[in-house]
Amino acid sequence: MDWVNAVVQGTLLGGLYALFAAGLSLIFGIMRLVNIAHGDLIVLGSYLGLVVVTATGMHPLVALIVAVPVMAVLGYVLQRGILNQTLGDDLLPPLLVTFGLSVIIQNALLEGFTADPQKMNAGAIETASVSVGGLQLGVLPLLTFAIAVGVIAALQWMFYNTALGRAFRAVSDNQEIAQLMGLNRRHVFGLAMGLALAVTAIAGIFLGIRTSFDPAAGAGRLIYGFEAVIIGGLGNLWGTLAGGVILGVSQTLGAKIDPGYQILAGHIAFLVVLAVRPQGLFPRVSG
Amino acid sequence: MTAILQLDGLSKAFGAITVADDLTYDLAAGEALGIIGPNGAGKTTMFNLITGTLPSDGGRILFQGQDVTRHAAAKRCRAGMARSFQVPQPFSGLSVFENAMIAATQAAGLRGRVAEGKCLEVLEQTALLDKANKTAGSLTLLDRKRLELTRALCANPKLLMLDEIAGGLTEAECVSLIQTIKDIHATGVSIIWIEHVVHALLAVVDRLIVIDFGRKIAEGEPAAIMASPEVQEIYLGIEADA
Repeated sequence: MDWVNAVVQGTLLGGLYALFAAGLSLIFGIMRLVNIAHGDLIVLGSYLGLVVVTATGMHPLVALIVAVPVMAVLGYVLQRGILNQTLGDDLLPPLLVTFGLSVIIQNALLEGFTADPQKMNAGAIETASVSVGGLQLGVLPLLTFAIAVGVIAALQWMFYNTALGRAFRAVSDNQEIAQLMGLNRRHVFGLAMGLALAVTAIAGIFLGIRTSFDPAAGAGRLIYGFEAVIIGGLGNLWGTLAGGVILGVSQTLGAKIDPGYQILAGHIAFLVVLAVRPQGLFPRVSG
Repeated sequence: MTAILQLDGLSKAFGAITVADDLTYDLAAGEALGIIGPNGAGKTTMFNLITGTLPSDGGRILFQGQDVTRHAAAKRCRAGMARSFQVPQPFSGLSVFENAMIAATQAAGLRGRVAEGKCLEVLEQTALLDKANKTAGSLTLLDRKRLELTRALCANPKLLMLDEIAGGLTEAECVSLIQTIKDIHATGVSIIWIEHVVHALLAVVDRLIVIDFGRKIAEGEPAAIMASPEVQEIYLGIEADA
């Protein structure tokens, strides 16, 4: 029963990792941009939530109403203002620029909020749990997982059923031709980054409720996000969810063996997938 | 008649290789112009310059009287330019219908039902309707060529640029293609058509331009151009004094 519990808890944890990863997956899928600053943007989302909560006294989950649009606008501006200029045949400039961005965000947060760990207080929901078949499941992890599934389902639906999704897929398929069809690549990329950072805001707020965070917390989130994306297979959003779950389950199983193995077990699972199936478990089937 | 497209001294070189050399000509609104010339003469490059995928080194491009030389490709497209590619370049992950919808919504600016209606109408015209839900990547060469034409037409172009669209087709397919292009031309769309299948070209165009080494070497009434000795020499490889 302990092991079943570990698997279930790990699955729920995977929901949070999938939220970390969804934005990365989206951005890489559409514009082949590897965003090194993604983890720091998640943490920025947490701080944004914190500021909203402190300023207005809102419940952290209600603060999403403010944080999500603010991060979306920031994403659009960031893409149009800086990141679009780095995209081209060379993969190096976007890596360097987002790395720089990561340093800037970390230090700005350090300057503004000090290095003290912060946490958002979500009240009773943090400790509430429900009993399912003998397992005690936290309401917050359940909610996180449900939101992750909801976000990924919504992104997937948007991708295949809306004009915006069609534009994303067209630009991802062939940028040159998309331009000739009247699609403004820069604008489409801006919208993609806006959408990705909207998801990042959700990830940041759930992170900030679940655990304490500090300005340097981004790097770890970036790694988990990357691992989830790669385990699941590039360009596949449901795969990203599966990747997050696999990572989460590996960590809780590792922790079950020895609490010190938690992080290590996740990385080992990632390395095994990379060695056995480098394209990921569910790569997007072409066509 | 007013000119829909004017090229004025358009030039482009890749290093020492000149691919467009002082190209100057006007295209009247509603006119169909044929472009011929040997392989590597700079015909497709000329399309790249006109549509804006390639920046020009010198000269001007006027579209409907407006200087578009510095305009981005997407902007020129929305202004009413559309082209098909010699080597079909569909959005291979999208369905045939979605490919058409991209052009109808983004290039022509249509929305909702109107856009869908336009796509269905064009797909019917290009005989792709029964394959509308297939992914573009799974199409045969002929169907990919049809998709090129479909996409260009869904953009509701004022100027349609066709790049060797008849190449590789069977005689029967070619005949139906010619009819389709004639129908499009009859609706008042101006056409520039690069083609090696000369009889197809001659069935449609009002005027011919011959290009070699990026230069315009002859221009005029199609039959006269085809009969001229220098065209026969350069284009068909028959020596003028033979």
